[in-house]
Amino acid sequence: MELDRIENILEKYFQGETTIAEENELKDYFSSPNVAQHLEQYQPMFGYFSQVKQQKSTQEIPLQTKKRNVAWLSIAASAVVLLGIGTYFFVSEKDTAPAVVQSELGTYDNPEEALAATQKALALLSNNVNVGIESVQYINEYEQSKNKIFKQ
Amino acid sequence: MNQNVFIELINPFKDKVFRLAKRLLTSTEEAEDATQEVMVKLWNKKDNLDSYNNIEAVAMTMTKNYCLDQLKSKRAGNLKIVHNNFTDREPQLDKKLEDSDSLEWVEKIINQLPEQLQILIQLRDVEQYEFDEIAKIVNMNETAIRVALSRARKKIRESMVNTHSYGIR
Repeated sequence: MELDRIENILEKYFQGETTIAEENELKDYFSSPNVAQHLEQYQPMFGYFSQVKQQKSTQEIPLQTKKRNVAWLSIAASAVVLLGIGTYFFVSEKDTAPAVVQSELGTYDNPEEALAATQKALALLSNNVNVGIESVQYINEYEQSKNKIFKQ
Repeated sequence: MNQNVFIELINPFKDKVFRLAKRLLTSTEEAEDATQEVMVKLWNKKDNLDSYNNIEAVAMTMTKNYCLDQLKSKRAGNLKIVHNNFTDREPQLDKKLEDSDSLEWVEKIINQLPEQLQILIQLRDVEQYEFDEIAKIVNMNETAIRVALSRARKKIRESMVNTHSYGIR
């Protein structure tokens, strides 16, 4: 009885006319231990179908969102802008500091005194510059004597 | 649609996509790549995903097309790097032993079928889709599917019987 039925379904199966329920019946029958001997040859086929269905993909799927990229971009952009503003204020604060100090410097009320003081300061400067130039003269001397000895 | 909703949506058929890809591409790695590719494509379409009434069928169709494209591009390549170029062409001993396993035989037999039949076997006999669903995925009518499926099953039976009675008759 049972066997007749299975054989019938099997025949229909090979004609491509079985329903899912009937196919499941076949799978159940062939996975059971008491398969009729003349049908044993179909066992691996149905066994294979059941076995293959167990395979699973193990890989994670990386989902990159364009929206997320945009969000990151805007975060990065705002960070850059903030940094720029920050450094601007930082630097300009440093610039303003000496200006305050300069305004507190002493000044001369009398123009003659101011002239004298200025001349004094300039003389001091030029003297020091001359000292510098004199010491460079020595180097010139060295250069000349070197050229006498080492002729190209 | 955020990522979690999307993952929920694809989870029921993610493995089906993978198995179909593996059926056609054979290698697990390539099948993983294909699965990823299809899912990313779906994800990029996420804004109008609602307009499809059967996302699973769309995913399966995309997988089928992607894998067939892959196979075509591989075959078109002039330079084929195949492992057996530099190894012994005879299968190794352990492989031979494995092949004697009848489930492996079934796999081998199915892999020798034309791709279209492989797809149908995979969708019907492994994933157990109804015929109308398969019709949507492969874009064929149901009668044609039944005929082709019958052909594929008979071919498998033929090879199985030959293998089964090998050396007896």
